[in-house]
Amino acid sequence: MDNQIRTILLQHGKLGSDAMTLAEDADLYQAGMTSHASVNVMLALEGAFDVEFPDRMLKRSVFESIRNMRAAIDELTGGR
Amino acid sequence: MSKPLERAQAIAREIARAHADDVDRQARFPKEAVDALRSESLLGASAPVALGGLGSTVTELVAMCQALGQACSTTGMVFAMHHIQIASMVLHPGSNGAMAKYVKEICEKQWLIASVTSEVGVGGDLRRSACGIETNGDTFSVVKDATTISYGAQADGLLLSARRSPEAAPSDQALVWLRPGDYTLEKKGNWDTLGMRGTCSPPFRVTAKGKADQVMSEPFSDVAPLTMVPFSHLLWGGVWLGLATEAVSRARAFVRAEARRNPGAPGANALRLSELQAQLQSLRTLVYAMADEYQASLVNKVDKDLLLSVGYALRLNNLKLVASQSIAAIVTAAMPICGIMGYKNDSQFSLGRLLRDSFSAQLMINNDRIHMTNAQLLQVYKDDS
Repeated sequence: MDNQIRTILLQHGKLGSDAMTLAEDADLYQAGMTSHASVNVMLALEGAFDVEFPDRMLKRSVFESIRNMRAAIDELTGGR
Repeated sequence: MSKPLERAQAIAREIARAHADDVDRQARFPKEAVDALRSESLLGASAPVALGGLGSTVTELVAMCQALGQACSTTGMVFAMHHIQIASMVLHPGSNGAMAKYVKEICEKQWLIASVTSEVGVGGDLRRSACGIETNGDTFSVVKDATTISYGAQADGLLLSARRSPEAAPSDQALVWLRPGDYTLEKKGNWDTLGMRGTCSPPFRVTAKGKADQVMSEPFSDVAPLTMVPFSHLLWGGVWLGLATEAVSRARAFVRAEARRNPGAPGANALRLSELQAQLQSLRTLVYAMADEYQASLVNKVDKDLLLSVGYALRLNNLKLVASQSIAAIVTAAMPICGIMGYKNDSQFSLGRLLRDSFSAQLMINNDRIHMTNAQLLQVYKDDS
């Protein structure tokens, strides 16, 4: 799953540093992800993992690191 | 001593109103009203008492903007823009507390602070800068070509956005506090506009240097959504509410004068006034509900999760969109009520200045840009909570 998330970040995250090598708890907003880019990341994650993030998850803390995104997706898929 | 809000209301009533037409006609800075605000320590209203300010809440600041904006939109907007800068410094003091030290100095000297966020070449995007801060040991320098700096020539200090370094990405920005004497301004054009003429907002080139601790340590990517954007939309909303209140008040005075001449069943104008009053109430409710919500998030030690959510960004943007559109509609609808007396510039029911000023609201951060942002956010937002 991490590789899929990283690929999406590479395509949509507009990160200054390389999305494939960032630490899983690195702050992506600090690394250069704009709020505009983060919405595209959210959309791509919804498509790739066939989930819908409820509004309560649509906040910066959920998308600020690879680890937090994985936790959110796990919660929605029940780890399927 | 009376409360800060009452002092602001008195200045609005007694000073800002008296000079509003001249400020507009001559496109000149509202010096009398700003001097009065300064002498009543109201330029420190948004700073905490511990830093020499008055500790006013966001809701109180909105009410001050409303009172000043009702008397003179330009004065209200200058007061609003100044406090947006102060709040951005107060709420992001930095790990070393440098900004708190500078806010204390600003309050003590009652300096007026202008904003330098616009820039040639970034297309009006607040969250991108072309210029960068050059740091050299414990000093910095920066040069910025701003498309507009409101009351730039009249301000005592500036809060300027720039890339954290010349090599940083355009969105990797920081705010820089520029004290009097740290910068020079080169005027690059004029400010001869339809409305908001006294804000004196021409383009300038800013050339600045200072001490490294004047660069805010917290990234602008936090300061903008947590403080600068909410304060902007809320305090602007207060000014606009004041402007709309004045238009309705003039229409109401006209209808009342008619009724006194011909007592009896309310006529067509009275019905139009009733429609206007409903629109005004809806605007007032919107502005103060959003102010109370934001104030509550500040009291809860800045509820970052709420303020950095898609839902909040949408609601805050909608406040700006709805408020800016409704004031132009309200002033326009007041015109047929006052008729030729509203059309005349020298009548007590005149609406010309209010109408011209009202159009600025949809342009300061163009509504189209905000709709574009909202359109994007709505691709993920479900409105399900």
